[in-house]
Amino acid sequence: MSKLANIKWKHYINYIVVGIFTIVTSILAFSGGLQQSLIYKLEEVAINIILAVSLSLVVGFLGELSLGHAGFMCVGAYLGGKAAALLVPVLGNGIPTLLISLLIGGICAGLCGFIIGIPALRLKGDYLAITTLAFGEIVRTIFQNTSAETFGGAIGLKTPRFDKHYFFIICFIIVLLTLAVVQNLIRSKHGRAITAIRDNEIAARATGINVTSYKLIGFIVSAIFAGLAGVLFSYTQNNVSSSTFDYNYSIEILVMVVLGGMGSINGTIISAALITYLNKQLATVLTGDLAVLKDLVYALILIVIVIYNNSPAFKNFRDKYNLANLIKLITRNRASKGDADDTRRWDVVPTKIKMDALLSTDFVVNDVEPDKPKEKDNE
Amino acid sequence: MSEIVLETKNLGISFGGLHAVSDVNLQVKKGEIYGLIGPNGAGKTTIFNLLTGVYQPTEGTFYLNGKELKKMSQERINHHGIARTFQNIRLFNNMTVRRNVMVGLHNRKEFKCSMFESLFRLPRHFKVEKQMKKKAVEILEIFGLEDERNSLACNLPYGKQRKLEIARALATEPKLLLLDEPAAGMNPNETEDLRRTIELLRDKFDLTILLIEHDLKFVSEICDRITVLNFGTTIAGGNTKEALSDPEVIKAYIGK
Repeated sequence: MSKLANIKWKHYINYIVVGIFTIVTSILAFSGGLQQSLIYKLEEVAINIILAVSLSLVVGFLGELSLGHAGFMCVGAYLGGKAAALLVPVLGNGIPTLLISLLIGGICAGLCGFIIGIPALRLKGDYLAITTLAFGEIVRTIFQNTSAETFGGAIGLKTPRFDKHYFFIICFIIVLLTLAVVQNLIRSKHGRAITAIRDNEIAARATGINVTSYKLIGFIVSAIFAGLAGVLFSYTQNNVSSSTFDYNYSIEILVMVVLGGMGSINGTIISAALITYLNKQLATVLTGDLAVLKDLVYALILIVIVIYNNSPAFKNFRDKYNLANLIKLITRNRASKGDADDTRRWDVVPTKIKMDALLSTDFVVNDVEPDKPKEKDNE
Repeated sequence: MSEIVLETKNLGISFGGLHAVSDVNLQVKKGEIYGLIGPNGAGKTTIFNLLTGVYQPTEGTFYLNGKELKKMSQERINHHGIARTFQNIRLFNNMTVRRNVMVGLHNRKEFKCSMFESLFRLPRHFKVEKQMKKKAVEILEIFGLEDERNSLACNLPYGKQRKLEIARALATEPKLLLLDEPAAGMNPNETEDLRRTIELLRDKFDLTILLIEHDLKFVSEICDRITVLNFGTTIAGGNTKEALSDPEVIKAYIGK
């Protein structure tokens, strides 16, 4: 019992939540309680969670801006999809084929991660972002210009669709695998070294951290999981088209990471799930002429969330009504309700909205430190 | 006592035509606190950058315990036993105090734990993490920072940040510790406190310390020997008292 009490539940909450969610949805799916369209959405949610969590390793923890994540996914989707297409006649469209194509897609994407990791050792900030952006576009263009027999070219690669309604469960198992690898890496001495590089590369080097190998490892692990997501994606489609993996998709994954909070895995999961669902939902609601509004609504929501998260005007509001306080409120002993401080109560409505604070331009405060000039220890 | 830990031979670096540092010959003995002083722009920090591999020397070379460390990367030099602090403090600001020190412990042999062991959460991972935490707190105790172990490094007051930086450098188990202006911005009490800490470190960890400092009172109290630099060249050296009263040194500091 004392051992159980020692476990940091905080560290395992996302496994538990994702696990319970998977179990509940799979029970529903097997009992026929889920519509097929919802199952497709779940598959997509799972794929995007894998992408966002793997990208957060590079952006949130290693501190490098990568805009080519869809490129790694593209490699996984094409090579894994091709492997599957070749293997289906031999092994049948089942789990063995899926596992082998996952392996191939993951390894190939990991190799690409290694290749892109090498310039990452020398480039910083914007320059690396441009390099990774170019990488994503190059990969996409290469697959677009292959012949019809190899990777389908402009028509797209025909992939065997995994036509079982439980495919989303496999996707969620890979989500759990991604979480396990990324979090175990982050919460170890190696993860500490990676975050040290993010915080201060010069100091990390002087402290003896092998910056070269940790940067490469970060890029490779991130790319491998993007590749796995790509293979899963190819399995949800009849036809993989390279235009899917354009830079808009990379940016969308980046948005999930940024909105979830850099360096927060839980936040990344939530924002990936919400944004994917929202996108899908908007696409079904806004049809016909209204379809153009989809991007507008999406952008507006993003702006509101960003302002809400960073603006000092909403600080009081945030402090009162956040998830931690809600949990406290639920778990709080009812008997001690009387002496609870009012600042932490959900049922207290703010009496006065500070209009001047809302109207001021102060909320455009940048929390991010301005870029320092290139480090030199001049005297 | 007479064993030489750090030896530089005609060490120098030029940036284009500018000779930032040239012909520096240091011989730092084991257990010594050695001072490196000079007016602004004399090349003191450049020497530190040469000794830690930030810059590669264009002339000369240097040895640590008889081993040539020229042309090695910063990480390798650290593994060989040179650790440093920075003039403008460079901590891992978004990490807690204890984690900062734990990063310093990263390469120690007794805390070896492969990535495989970490990823699969083998028993060794937990054992190493536990030991590292314990060791980090032990190091923090030397500096009186153990109560702040869970606060973020950026929230520490200035003096404590300096101490934490030394603690982190110490965690890498160096043979030679380079301190770049450790007393900068400190009041007399803090400086005195720092002096005691540095002397304690030398005695307790068998360290050799090379330090840059502008506070000449501090230097004359703590350093066994010093080298005075001006415009990248050595103008005086040897016993602290004698070197400080050298007419060349006085000229460099306060003019004729």
